[in-house]
Amino acid sequence: MEWSILEQYGPALLRGFGVTVLCWILGTIFGMALGLMIALIQRYGPRWLGWIIQAYIEVIRGTPFLVQLFVLYYGGPLIGLRLDALPAGLLGLTIYGSPYFAEIFRSGFRAVPHGQIEAARAIGMAEPTIVRRVLLPLGLVSSLPALVNFSIILTKETVILSIITVPELMYQVSRMSTETFRYLEANLVLALFFWALVETISRVGRRLETRITKHLIERT
Amino acid sequence: MFSIPVFLQSFEPLFWAARYTLLISGLGIALGLVIGTLVCAARLSPYAPLRGFAAIWVSFLRGVPLLVQLLVFYYTLPVIGIDVPAIFAAVVTVGICASAYISEIWRGAIAALPRGQAEAAVAIGMTPRDTWTRVILPQAFTMSLPALVNELILLVKASSLVSVVGILELTRASQAQAATTFRPLEVYLAAACIYLAINLCLAALGRYLEHRTAV
Repeated sequence: MEWSILEQYGPALLRGFGVTVLCWILGTIFGMALGLMIALIQRYGPRWLGWIIQAYIEVIRGTPFLVQLFVLYYGGPLIGLRLDALPAGLLGLTIYGSPYFAEIFRSGFRAVPHGQIEAARAIGMAEPTIVRRVLLPLGLVSSLPALVNFSIILTKETVILSIITVPELMYQVSRMSTETFRYLEANLVLALFFWALVETISRVGRRLETRITKHLIERT
Repeated sequence: MFSIPVFLQSFEPLFWAARYTLLISGLGIALGLVIGTLVCAARLSPYAPLRGFAAIWVSFLRGVPLLVQLLVFYYTLPVIGIDVPAIFAAVVTVGICASAYISEIWRGAIAALPRGQAEAAVAIGMTPRDTWTRVILPQAFTMSLPALVNELILLVKASSLVSVVGILELTRASQAQAATTFRPLEVYLAAACIYLAINLCLAALGRYLEHRTAV
């Protein structure tokens, strides 16, 4: 690979990387927030709402992310939802991630020992306080490994946003390769880059996990 | 506005293309099973270089987005002088990517078998080969069936990405359809319905297998 290409396309690639990281972070945060809301509604909301949410979860998990993006980005304007590529991509990532996050939180909440919640009730805590001080802290710690895992999966999903022209890393790399005809090198470098990125994130994630769940390991 | 007749009309041409989606994911999982078994065997082998190779294989394929793998593979083949149809490249990429996940499924299933099983086989004088083919592998296979169906569901969804290299499967066909009719909402929703129908059937199959194989 000629280095002059990098000099020419370097800034665009860096910008693309910035957009990738932005999409990943915001997509993870929004997806987690929506997922948490869904999990709480499923636990405390009325039953009919729970059914609607269950249908939502099945539909989002049963369809490819790419098709969801097409519905949102190309189909949206027909019902008055006109979004630029980047907001559409972020909304798509949020919607795509939310059911997975919701399921993670749901099983995290189930892992909270029932005695803890009964004890909180017995000492007269109000239900919202129980959620805030007992259910959430305990549930979040036990769902942490799965959360880290899924947010790593989301890094890989961000490249699909390039198909609806979100100017993230993959998009910039494709543009560079069509202009310079260096498809193989460009994509190979991109692959190695993602490999390094995902490996780094998962290592950091594991460190974080062991640190936060340290109190759960019995001292011998 | 959303038009129901247009929505219903979009199904017919898409059904035809959905066969390619099924074909690609079906062949992909078959290839993934073959390569995945080999990778898992390498991962469990006593030779360190083989183990290292398998570990890198799994880590690379799980760390790189499928879309990038697809493009790398698609552009590599002509460079090394292999001229194959795009659909072949797509199936091979999907299969190779699946092999990483499948080898991990196998490894997990084998590790989850109680040690006593293998020990008992040795105790009654079975050869190592018999221990593997008659005790460990059959049980590991039954145990991993639900996970394999799950992987197949993931592949059906992942196969939408091969539309990028120009294969006329469900997603590509709906793109073409949306471009000619100017009704992207109806067409893409129809495509989503077909994907959903396929995956709900597979999920039901997975639950059935889980139920059947539960001890």
